[in-house]
Amino acid sequence: MAEVLVVVEATRDFGVKKVTLELLTLARTLGSPSAVVFGPAGAAAAMTDKLGEFGAEKIYAAEGDDIDGYLVAPKATALADLVRSASPAAVLLPSTQEGKEIAARLAVKLENGLLTDVVELSPEGVATQAAFAGQVIVKSRVTKGIPIVTLRPNSLTPAPAAASPAVEALSVTVGDADKLAKVTDRVVEQKGSRPELTEASIVVSGGRGVASADNFKLVEELADLLGGAVGASRAAVDSGFYPHQFQVGQTGKTVSPQLYVALGISGAIQHRAGMQTSKTIVAVNKDPEAPIFELADFGVVGDLFKVVPQAAEEIRKRK
Amino acid sequence: MNIVVLVKQVPDSGSERNLADDNTVDRKSANNVINEMDEYAIEEALRLQEAHGGEVTVLTMGPEGASESIRKALSMGPDKAVHVVDDALHGSCAVTTSKVLAAALRTLNADLVISGAESTDGRVQVIPHMIAERLGVAALTGARKVTVDGSTLTVERQTEEGYEVVTAATPAVLSVWDTINEPRYPSFKGIMAAKKKPVQTLSLADLGIAPSEVGFEGSTSEVVEHAKRPPRSGGVKVTDEGEGGVKLVEFLASEKFV
Repeated sequence: MAEVLVVVEATRDFGVKKVTLELLTLARTLGSPSAVVFGPAGAAAAMTDKLGEFGAEKIYAAEGDDIDGYLVAPKATALADLVRSASPAAVLLPSTQEGKEIAARLAVKLENGLLTDVVELSPEGVATQAAFAGQVIVKSRVTKGIPIVTLRPNSLTPAPAAASPAVEALSVTVGDADKLAKVTDRVVEQKGSRPELTEASIVVSGGRGVASADNFKLVEELADLLGGAVGASRAAVDSGFYPHQFQVGQTGKTVSPQLYVALGISGAIQHRAGMQTSKTIVAVNKDPEAPIFELADFGVVGDLFKVVPQAAEEIRKRK
Repeated sequence: MNIVVLVKQVPDSGSERNLADDNTVDRKSANNVINEMDEYAIEEALRLQEAHGGEVTVLTMGPEGASESIRKALSMGPDKAVHVVDDALHGSCAVTTSKVLAAALRTLNADLVISGAESTDGRVQVIPHMIAERLGVAALTGARKVTVDGSTLTVERQTEEGYEVVTAATPAVLSVWDTINEPRYPSFKGIMAAKKKPVQTLSLADLGIAPSEVGFEGSTSEVVEHAKRPPRSGGVKVTDEGEGGVKLVEFLASEKFV
């Protein structure tokens, strides 16, 4: 069966991200998945079990400072070399900033087509994308070369399929042209117990209606009770209620969770751009005309300062 | 330090947008504006110019109507603009677009190229690295803070977990998020001055690129079809009369979230 390359995304402490497992699951519908690990020495060994559990038949490892100490360029070079030698049927990457950037350089190196933010990919290579704030469904395909596709996190449910991959170290010669942008420090901020926003199955977001930074505790409380991540609308971020890295919308993160809870968010198109493809949407807003209710599977017209504490209490009761 | 800012004209993200019958962005029925994220790139370029001197040039690839957005960009303060315009460009994918922009940049001798982190229409985020790959220069992308010391650039790059500090020597390509600054509004004087600023137009022939290398023919991918997403339906809306929170949880329980 044709080999399909999957570029692995993981945390700095070698936690394989859920989107990687989605990629492996998708790759199995196209051929035989081979995971490609970029990172510091020891990264592939630390992740072999997890990658095998989700069907990686083989693991390619490009490790060390030459790969890991610079911004994306060395990874793209290593990946291009691998594509030339392994002739895979497709290359799948996560649709994250880094995944898209590796894909960008790979596409140029190979003069090959690239499809980003894909939510579905057929075995024939036809990709589905949600354009313009999710208002338009687009089907597209690569016409030059093999499909290079970046998949939006939470597009499918990862399914295990045990395999016992062997790790093959890639011998990569990274030239000076790939060492122009040096990473001198990595700083972890806001690392809490909550799931990462773009990966979370449940996201609870607050908007202008939350009215203060202090009140965001309500949003956090509901998120924690549901085991979800916390998000914020642009209005809430611009008002200083919550940090920018949690912004959902046109100029922030795009999320596609199983459940999206919008608290005090009117649902301006800028916000909808970041959450419209969520599977189930719940909204609480005091304005019955708020556009968020057009999207909501369940909406409560009311004061969130009454509705949310009552909901939190009810969840506690049921636990 | 000579800076080129990439500016793209896009359909206003606050209004209804769609694709046209040929599966390209519908510009005819849209309200076309500067990509919002590019305003932060222009602002950053102007701040660097104020601190380090040099010229700021706006570079746009787009149809003739994009000249409106170029004037708007110039009214914020850049010195001049270059507009790559050619009917054959219609339908170009990101890979071919980066080829054209890289060719235009080779004529401009910039120390620094700045773009917004993404455009609000495609949101693809790939152009800065594609250009850097073609020009053989560094790309520092997703910056929320930039400092320049002589020919050394240092940025804080926003990541999922926090940020990375990334450094490179010029020439380089830089992309910025909207957290980096607060773009200035064009002054009346700026708007008047923009009308007289030079805008050079470049065709594909000027750049030595054959029409067959771009547009639908030269593209590396194609949109096969598009359709409006059907509106969500079947939603339930209740008014809180003291039981709203409980009803909310009942719904969540029925969907097995609780």
